[in-house]
Amino acid sequence: MSSATVDRQGAPEPKALEVIPREHYLNVEYGWKSWLFTFDHKRIGILYLISITLMFFVGGAAATVVRLNLLTPNSALVRPQTYNKMFSMHGVVMVFFFLVPAIPAVLGNFLVPMMLGAKDLAFPKLNLLSWYLYIIGALIGLAAMTFGGVDTGWTFYAPLSTQYAYGNVALTIVGIFLAGFSSILTGLNFIVTTHKMRAPGLTWFRLPLFIWSMYATSLIQVLATPVLAITLLALAVERLAHVGIFDPKLGGDPVLMQHMFWFYSHPAVYIMILPAMAVVSEIIACGARRPVFGYKMVAFASLGIAILSFLVWGHHMFVSGQSTFAGMVFLFLSFMVAIPSAIKVFNWTATLYKGSIRFHTPMLYAMGFIGLFTIGGLTGLYLASLAMDVHVTDTYFIVAHFHYIMVGGAVTAFLGGMHFWWPKITGRLYPEAWGQIAAIILFVGFNLTFFPQFILGYEGMPRRYATYSPEFQVLNVLSSAGASILAVGYMLPMFYLIWSLKYGPVAGPNPWRATGLEWQTASPPPTYNFEVTPIVTRPPYDYSPEADELEDARLALEQSKGDYEATRAQIEGSTTTPEEADHGA
Amino acid sequence: MSQLASGTHASTATEQHGHHIVPLAVYYRVFAALMVLLVLTLFAATFDLGPLNVVIALTIACAKALLVVLYFMHVRYSHKLVWVFGGAAILWLGILFAYTIGDYISRGWLPIAGR
Amino acid sequence: MAPETQAVAIAPEHGLLHHHFDDLEQQREATGLGMWLFLATEAMMFGGLFLAYTLYRWMLPESFAVGSKHLNIALGTGNTFVLLFSSLTMAMAVHAAATKNRRTMVLFLMVTWVLGAVFLGVKAVEWTADYHEGLVPAVSWHYFGEHPEQVSLLARHGEGPNHVMMYFVLYFCMTGLHAIHMVIGLLMVGIMILMGARGAFTQGNDQPVELVGLYWHFVDIIWIFLFPLLYLIVGFHSLGGH
Repeated sequence: MSSATVDRQGAPEPKALEVIPREHYLNVEYGWKSWLFTFDHKRIGILYLISITLMFFVGGAAATVVRLNLLTPNSALVRPQTYNKMFSMHGVVMVFFFLVPAIPAVLGNFLVPMMLGAKDLAFPKLNLLSWYLYIIGALIGLAAMTFGGVDTGWTFYAPLSTQYAYGNVALTIVGIFLAGFSSILTGLNFIVTTHKMRAPGLTWFRLPLFIWSMYATSLIQVLATPVLAITLLALAVERLAHVGIFDPKLGGDPVLMQHMFWFYSHPAVYIMILPAMAVVSEIIACGARRPVFGYKMVAFASLGIAILSFLVWGHHMFVSGQSTFAGMVFLFLSFMVAIPSAIKVFNWTATLYKGSIRFHTPMLYAMGFIGLFTIGGLTGLYLASLAMDVHVTDTYFIVAHFHYIMVGGAVTAFLGGMHFWWPKITGRLYPEAWGQIAAIILFVGFNLTFFPQFILGYEGMPRRYATYSPEFQVLNVLSSAGASILAVGYMLPMFYLIWSLKYGPVAGPNPWRATGLEWQTASPPPTYNFEVTPIVTRPPYDYSPEADELEDARLALEQSKGDYEATRAQIEGSTTTPEEADHGA
Repeated sequence: MSQLASGTHASTATEQHGHHIVPLAVYYRVFAALMVLLVLTLFAATFDLGPLNVVIALTIACAKALLVVLYFMHVRYSHKLVWVFGGAAILWLGILFAYTIGDYISRGWLPIAGR
Repeated sequence: MAPETQAVAIAPEHGLLHHHFDDLEQQREATGLGMWLFLATEAMMFGGLFLAYTLYRWMLPESFAVGSKHLNIALGTGNTFVLLFSSLTMAMAVHAAATKNRRTMVLFLMVTWVLGAVFLGVKAVEWTADYHEGLVPAVSWHYFGEHPEQVSLLARHGEGPNHVMMYFVLYFCMTGLHAIHMVIGLLMVGIMILMGARGAFTQGNDQPVELVGLYWHFVDIIWIFLFPLLYLIVGFHSLGGH
C-alpha cells in the first residue's frame, strides 16, 4: 500500500501485479441514494463528469445541425429561424453548461483536496448543493431551449433579447443564473480549501501548479460571476416587465448591458482556460520527467492572468459604440494579458527541453494543447488590435479564434486530464494505443474544422448567419468534413474509457510514476483520500529525467534477460540453475 | 485525527477572530457614531451644494459602512486574510465602475466622428 | 453513561467538529473565510445595479431628482435608523452567543428580527403609496398622465416621464433586491432564534450566529448606500428654478 510521504524520488514501484484496493470511494456504499446525497468530493466529481459529458453531446448535436446546414450556402437543411436557435443553444450549452464547469467541477473537485493532502473540500455540503444548482439550471436551460428555443446567441444582447426575440429567453436565463451560482460556490470552496486545508509542510511554493491555476480560476469565478447574475436578472426583468435598465426608450443604454455582460464573460473565458493550463502543467512535468521550468513564474502568471483578465473586456465591444479612447485602453491591456499566457507556453516548452519525453496519450493532448492554444492566443492578439478587429469582428475569424482556445485548448486539455487521472479515478488503465489514435484523430479533425474558418472570416464570411455567399462553400464543406472527423475523435474515448472500467488492466497507485500527493494513495482512493495525513518535505515536481531513463533501461534489461532465460528454458526443456537465474537485480 | 495543528500554512494564524470578544462599550460607541453620521447626512441634504451634495453623502455613507465593517463585522480584530478578501471586493467593484464609466466619459475625446 | 455523552462532558466542543477538518480552529477560520467570500460575491452583484444607477443619474440628472422627490424622506430615514439599530442588536446577539448567554442572545435576535420586519413593513407602505400615486413602472404608471405640469418641467431640461421611469425601475430593482435579501435574513435569524433557544449556539459553537450577523450587517451596509443615493438626491431644498 502507499506510504505516507513523498520522500521517494518518484521511482517506479516494482513490477508487481497491482490489485484494486478492497475498499475505496466507489464501493464503500452502493445505491442511488449514496450517490445523490453524497458529500464525498470524488463522487461529486463523478456526478459532474456524467452531467457535463451529457451536456457536451447536446451542445455537439446543436453544432452538428449548424455544420450540416452550412454545407450549402442557402440554408437548405433548416430554416434560418431554427439555425439561429441551434447556434444559440450550442453557445449557451457549451459555455455555461460544459466549459465553465468542466475541468474545475470534474478534475478540480476530484483532485484539489487530494493534491492538498486533505480529506475533502472545506464545505462538502456546499459542493453537493453546487452540483444540484448546476443540474437544475442545466435542465431548465435545456428545456427552455428545446421547447421554444432562444435565438439571441449566447450573448443575449439587449434590446434583441429583451424586446424583440421570440422564444424562452427568460427561462433560459434562469437556467444560466443557477449554473452561475454553482460556479460561484465551487470557486468559493476551492479558495477556502487552498488557504486553510493544506497538509503539514505544504507551503504555497510546494503546491502543484494545478492548484495555483485552480485557485486563480476560483478567484475569477467568485468575483466575476455575480456581475453576470445581476446582468441576467436585469435582462429577465426587462423581458418580463417590458421595461428595464437597458431600454433606450427610458434613456437606457444597451451598451451598458454589453459592459456588464462582458465584465463577466471575458474573465469567464479564463475560467475555461486556466484549469486547462493547470492540467497541462501537470502532464508536461510528468511526461517530460522534469520539474516545470520557472515554477514561480508559472504560478504568478496564473494569478496575473486572473487579475488582468478583468481589465480587458472592452475588446469585445470595439464596434459597439464604445468610445475609441476606451477601446485603445482595452487594446493595450489585452496585449498585456497575453504576456502571462505566453510565459506559461514558453515555460512548458522549456520544460520539455532535455527532458525524457514520453509520448503517451495525456502527453499528446498536452502538446496538442500548447500548439493549438498558441495559435488561438496569437490570433487573439490580432483581434485585440482594434483596427484589425473592426474588419474581422462578427466574422468566422472570431469563431475560429475562440474555438482554437476553447476546443483546441480547453477540451483537449480536459481529455488529456481525463486520461492522465483516469487510473486514479477508476483504478484502471485505458488502452494506450486507442488513446493515442483518438488524440491524433482529434488533432487532425480539429484543425480541418477550424483552420478554414480563419480564412473564411478573413475573407468576410459573417458569423451567426444561416446563409452565405457561394464563394465560401468549399471551405465550409471542408470545415464540416473536419467536424465529422472531430466527432469520431470525441466518440472513441467514450467507448474505450467505458470499456476499460471492466477490462482495463489494474493501474495501481502510481502508474505514471508521477509526483504529487494524489499519486501517493491507492487507486481508486479511499473515501477520506489518505490512510494517514501526508507530510510534505520535498519541492513539487521532484522528477529527474536521467534517473528515469536509467530506471527504464534497467527494467528493459531485466525484461530482456527474463525473456532470454525463458526462451533458453523452452529450448533446453530444463529449469534454470540458481546461478543462471541470479541476475543481480 | 491529525496530531499537527492546522495552522501550518505560510502565514500562521495570529488572531483567532472567533475567540476575540469585542466589549459591548465599543458597540455602543460605534452606534452613537452611526447616529451622528445619519444626522449629518440629513443636515448636509438641507443645503443645495450642487455636485458636492452627492460627494458628501457618499463620503458619509462610506464612513458608516466602514464603522459597520470594522467593528460590527469584527474586521478590525480579524485575520489579515479577511482584510485582503474585503479589500479585494472593493477593488474589484472599483474596476467595474472605473472602466465602464471611463467609456462613457471618454466618448468624444478623440476627433473621430461618432466615437 | 454512553461513551458519546461522556466525551461531550469532557470536551463539549468535540462533537461540533466536522470530520474533514483537523481541528476546531481550522474549521472556524475556514467557515469564516467562506462567508466573507460569499459577501464579496454579493457586493459584486449589487455593484452592477449601483453601476447602472451611477451612469443613469449622471445622464438623466433632472429625472432622477424628480423621481427622488417622490420618496418619503421621513420613512427612509426611519428605516435607516431601524436597520442601523438592528445591526447593533445583532452585534449584541453575537456577543451574547460568544459569552454563552442563551437568554440574552435569543432576546437580541428577536429584537433584530422585529426591527427587520418593521423595515420591510415600512417598505411595503412606501411601495403601496407609490402604487396608488402611479409611480410603479409596468404595474401602475399614471402619475405623469395626471400631472402634465411636471412633464413640461422635465421637458425644459430635455428629459421626460420615461426617464423618470428609469429612476423608478432602478429604485424598485435595487430596493427589491435588497428586500429579498432582508427576507432571507429574517429567515436565517428566525432559524437562529429557534435553534438558539434550545441552546445550539451557547455551548461553544457560536459561529453560525456570527455568520448570520455578517450577512445581516452586509445587507445593512447596502441600505446605508441606498438611502442617500435614492432618497437624498434633492434633499430638503426645492426643485424649481434651475
